[in-house]
Parts: sequence; structure tokens; C-alpha cells
Amino acid sequence: MEFFLTLIQVLDSTIRLATPLLLACLAGLYSERAGIFDIGLEGKMLMAAFFSAAVAAVTGSVWLGLLAGIASSLALSGLHGLASITFRGNQLISGVAINFLAAGLTVLVAQSWFQQGGRTPSLFGGGRFVPIEFPFAETVSGVPVIGPIYSELLSGHSVLVYVAFLMVPATWWILFRTRFGLRLRAVGENPAAVDTAGVSVVGLRYAAVAICGVLCGIAGAYLATALQAGFVKDMTAGRGFIALAALIFAKWRPWHAMGACLLFGLLQAVALRFQNIDLGGVVIPVQVMDALPYILTVVILAGFVGKAVPPRAGGEPYVKER
Amino acid sequence: MEKMPKWADVVLIPLISLLLAALLSALVILAIGENPIEAVNLMVTGALGSTYGWGYTLYYATNFMFTGLAVAVAFHARMFNIGGEGQAMLGGLGVAVVCLYVPWPHWSIALLAACAASMLFGAAWAAIPAYLQAKRGSHIVITTIMFNFIAAAFLNYMLVNVMRPQGSQDPATARFAETVHLPTFQSMFSTAENVMFRGAPANISFFVALLACVVVWALIWRTRLGYEIRAYGHSETGAVYAGISPVRITIIAMLISGALAGLMAINNVMGEAERLVLNSTEGAGFIGIAVALMGRSHPFGVFLAAILFGFLYQGGAELALWTSIPRELIVVIQALVILFTGALDNMVRMPLEKLFLGLRRGAE
Repeated sequence: MEFFLTLIQVLDSTIRLATPLLLACLAGLYSERAGIFDIGLEGKMLMAAFFSAAVAAVTGSVWLGLLAGIASSLALSGLHGLASITFRGNQLISGVAINFLAAGLTVLVAQSWFQQGGRTPSLFGGGRFVPIEFPFAETVSGVPVIGPIYSELLSGHSVLVYVAFLMVPATWWILFRTRFGLRLRAVGENPAAVDTAGVSVVGLRYAAVAICGVLCGIAGAYLATALQAGFVKDMTAGRGFIALAALIFAKWRPWHAMGACLLFGLLQAVALRFQNIDLGGVVIPVQVMDALPYILTVVILAGFVGKAVPPRAGGEPYVKER
Repeated sequence: MEKMPKWADVVLIPLISLLLAALLSALVILAIGENPIEAVNLMVTGALGSTYGWGYTLYYATNFMFTGLAVAVAFHARMFNIGGEGQAMLGGLGVAVVCLYVPWPHWSIALLAACAASMLFGAAWAAIPAYLQAKRGSHIVITTIMFNFIAAAFLNYMLVNVMRPQGSQDPATARFAETVHLPTFQSMFSTAENVMFRGAPANISFFVALLACVVVWALIWRTRLGYEIRAYGHSETGAVYAGISPVRITIIAMLISGALAGLMAINNVMGEAERLVLNSTEGAGFIGIAVALMGRSHPFGVFLAAILFGFLYQGGAELALWTSIPRELIVVIQALVILFTGALDNMVRMPLEKLFLGLRRGAE
């Protein structure tokens, strides 16, 4: 029984930790499916984390914070679009610049606004997202097996967690069952064909980058106002890159993205809870757990276990009438 | 027909980009309620106003020369090596192994061995992404990013579990022996009555970095291999047609790049810290990207850009010391430089090209 409860706790924290990964991963999915590589997920999340926490701290409203987070992330998306769509610059270099811009600006502005060494004040009350209790969660919790699963694992997360997981079928539907989705995928594979059909390549790509910005904004806001209570310097801690890894791991598909994010979330949850794991004499150091998402991604990229092929026009700026 | 004269491409565009970055940085400083002119004054006196300041500026510049050259060499083969950070970390491990476990009689021999070890470790860390790019087509940018994180975890493991001296809480190796300490600028340039560079970390590695600039220049523009690298970077199909193997060039260029990034460790690990600590690279691998972009991937350009970033680093540290502007200002400036010289290059280039075309028509 004790093992079961531990398992439930680990899985519960897996869901919490997988949520920002999933949101950022889906964000990257839209962008990269449209042919715009985005290694600036990390920066956008960080920016959104700061501005959501800052606005929530000042106004006391987490919803205004969320809006501010999304707006700041969208601004960076616009910059990425300007560089990589309008001016046909290098998308990877633009992503690197955005990551640094966010890393620097957040601390600079935090110091200027709050004078607390690059953090925001702690959020409390209406400044944070509160857990949502499912109906009858209290009453059912006594029931063996199903009770803890319902009341601990499924119930009691903030609204953004449910938003993130609902975004998975939504993304699948948008990409594979709507005209917009078809065009978005086409523009990532063969933009010239889309252009010939009389659809704006630039418009579609900006739309994809904007969706990416919104989702990264929610991811960042979740980090600072739900998972934790406030912004601290560099709080994304490489999550944007783990999301990127998950995206490759999932081979740019929504349902697989959820699987990959849950897997990487589980690794984080296990590393948080157990530190060094003793498996009958063989000790797995915590650093292995830290590095595992990246190692797995390299293995997948190497194509030894099913090859990951990115969208064909990914990274290529589109020039009309070549 | 060239759209504009070469000097405009080499000098004017980087200058305008830099100006734009500086302008925006000034606006950022204004926005957080500080005076940009005073800030620049403080930075100049702090970084260039004394031999002590210069000692720090040149120390940082040494790091950035190595990582900038690393990124530049990869750029010539049209590859984007974001892995300089991880390669430099592994270079540090190589230096630490050489300095800790071999009793060297003199620093000069130790320096040679450390150079070899750091280059070997750095190149080895670049070898796997290079192989995967060349043979399996895995994108080098993504694999090198992943390898940065793997390097950080690996180094963390080595320092916490393997190389940490007994009884020490600090995740760091023991201090290197006295005999392998590199001569600092203070010991090299001070006279009995006039102490220069007092306490500053600049050391003999600076000259190794200068040498590396010259060697890279000769390699890229004066050797057959360099020609092949540039040809491959210019046009892969053209290079294949000329009998140049893409696999060979990809791997060799990345090995050189990794070796250069790894070589940075003789400066920060052997020259300054004199032991291997966690996060010894302090982001220098990433600054190499900005340096290479600004220096237009030319060793002389890299040299100038590295000095500029060394100045920004030391100046930024002074700012953080005397004002309420945090050190992260430098990260913002670095981001703006990467943005304008790299990603938004066309924004500066297109109007300039139009201008020069118009001028030429007017002259005819």
C-alpha cells in the first residue's frame, strides 16, 4: 500500500512537471510544422514566467498575470517572426538571441521593479492559480486504488494543467482535421506549393509563430504562478530545451508529444524525489536522470531507433519567385 | 556584379549592427532609470582605465577568442556549433586530469600537455554530434544543444562523485600543484618599482589565443583543407562535384571547432581558477556565437569582437559593483548583438544594398 501511495505521489508530480514541457512542446510543434525552427522556447517561457508573476504580484490577479505573460511571449514571437520570416534571417541564431534576451531582460527588469535580486515578490491568494477539486474528491479518497487515483492524481491541479492536456487533442484536430492545419503543415513541407495555391506563406507562418507564442506564454505563467509562487532568475532551467527534445522524440506529432513530455516529466519527478537510485547494488546517480532526456533525444536523432525526420522546409526562409 | 563594395560588407554592416545594439542597450538602461552615459563612463574606466581593468578585460577576451574561433570555423563549413559551452567544459576536465594526476616539473611542459588534453577532450565531445550530422543527418544544432546539457550533468557527476577531494563539501577538484600555475600578466610585466595588472587573472594563455587566431587564419585561407572547408560551406553540391567529401569536411571542421572551444580551459581552469569548479565556463561558449557573428567569422574580426566583449564583461562587472544595474545587462547586450549581426542581418543589409546601387547609378 505504501508503495502504491508513493507511486501516486510520483505520478502526481509527473503531471505537474510535464505540464510546462507539454505546453512548450506543443508550441514548438505548431512553429516547426510550419517550417520555423524555434530554439527560443526557453526564452519565451522565461519572459512569460517573469511578466506573469510580476503583474500578478502588482495587481493581485493571476488572470491579468496570465495575460501579461502571454503578451510578453507573443512579443518575442513577433521578433522571431520578424527575423526569420520577414527578413529571412537564420532561425536558429534568432532563437539563440531570444533566449539571451529573455535571460537578461527578466533579471534587469525584476531588479529595477522589485529590488529583490532578480526575483518577484512571492505570490499568494489571488496571485496564484488554485487547485481545482473535482466533485466528490474528498468523499471518494477513502476508496482503495480508485480513490487516490481520482482525488490525488486527477483532481487537485490548477486549471492550466487541464488546459495543457486538452490542448493535445485540440492540436491534433487543428493540424489534421482542419483546412488551416493542412495548410500549416503544407507550408512546412513545401511552401512553394502553398504559395502557388494562392495562400499566403508569410501569413500562415506568422500565425503558427503566434500560436507558439501564446502556448509558451501559458507555459511560463504556469511555472511562475501555479507550479511555484513567483519568479526567480533562470527559473525555466532548461525546460524549453527538454520540450524541444520531447518534440523531436515525438517526431513532431501531438499525441506522441504528450507521451514524451510525460516520460520526461516522470524522469524529473523521480530525480526530485529519490536523488540517487539504488537498484540492488547498482546506484544510478541523479545526474543520469538529469541527462537522460537529452541522451534519449540524441539516440532518436541518430536514427538508430526509428528516424526522426523534421518538416522538410524547416529552417528555410521562403523566397517568393526564386 | 557586387551589390556593394567589400569594405561596406566587412566594416559598415557590423558597425551599424553594433550601433543599433548599443542604441537599444542605452534605451534599456534608460528604461530601468539609470543614465546610459554615466554607465558607459563607468564601464570604460572600470575595464580600460587601469592595468587591473585591462587584466580582466584581456582575461575574458582570451576565453571569447577561443570560443569565437570555434564557432567561426564551424560557420565556414556552414555549421552552427552551439556546443562550445559543453566542449569547453570537457576541455576543463582534460586540463584538470592532466594537471592533477601528473607531477609536472615546469609549467611550460604542463601547458603544452594541457593544451593537447583540452583540445583532445573538446574535440572528442564534438565528435559524436559531428559523426551524427555527417553520417546520420541529425541536425548539428540540436545535437550540440543536447550535448551541452549532457556535459553539464557529466561534469556535475565527475566533480561531486569522483574528483572531489575527501572531506570537501565543494563540488570542485583539489587545487593544482604550484608548479603548473601559469605566469600571469602581473608576473610577466611588472617591474620592481611598478606593479602592473595587480591581481588580475590575465595570463600567458592570451598569447596562445593570439597564436590560435593566426593558425586559424592560415588554416582557413592558406591551406588546402581550409579551401575545402570554405568550398563546402559555400556550396555543398559544388564541393561534392569537386571531389570534396562532405562527411570528411563535416567531421574535420567540427573536430577543429571542438578542439578550439576545449582549448579555452587553459585560460579559465589552468590560468585563473587553478582547479576545476562547477560552471567554470560561465557561458563563454555561448558568447563565442556573438563574437563569431560580429567578427564575420574572420580571425581578426573574432580578435576585435573578443576584446569588445571582454570590455563589456569587465565593464558590466564594474557597473554591477557601483550601480544598481545587474550584470545581466551584458546578457542583454550580447543578445542584441547576436540579433542584429546574425538574425536581422538582412534588415541592415537590404537598405544598404539599395543605397549603394542607387549611388552607383547616380555616378554613371
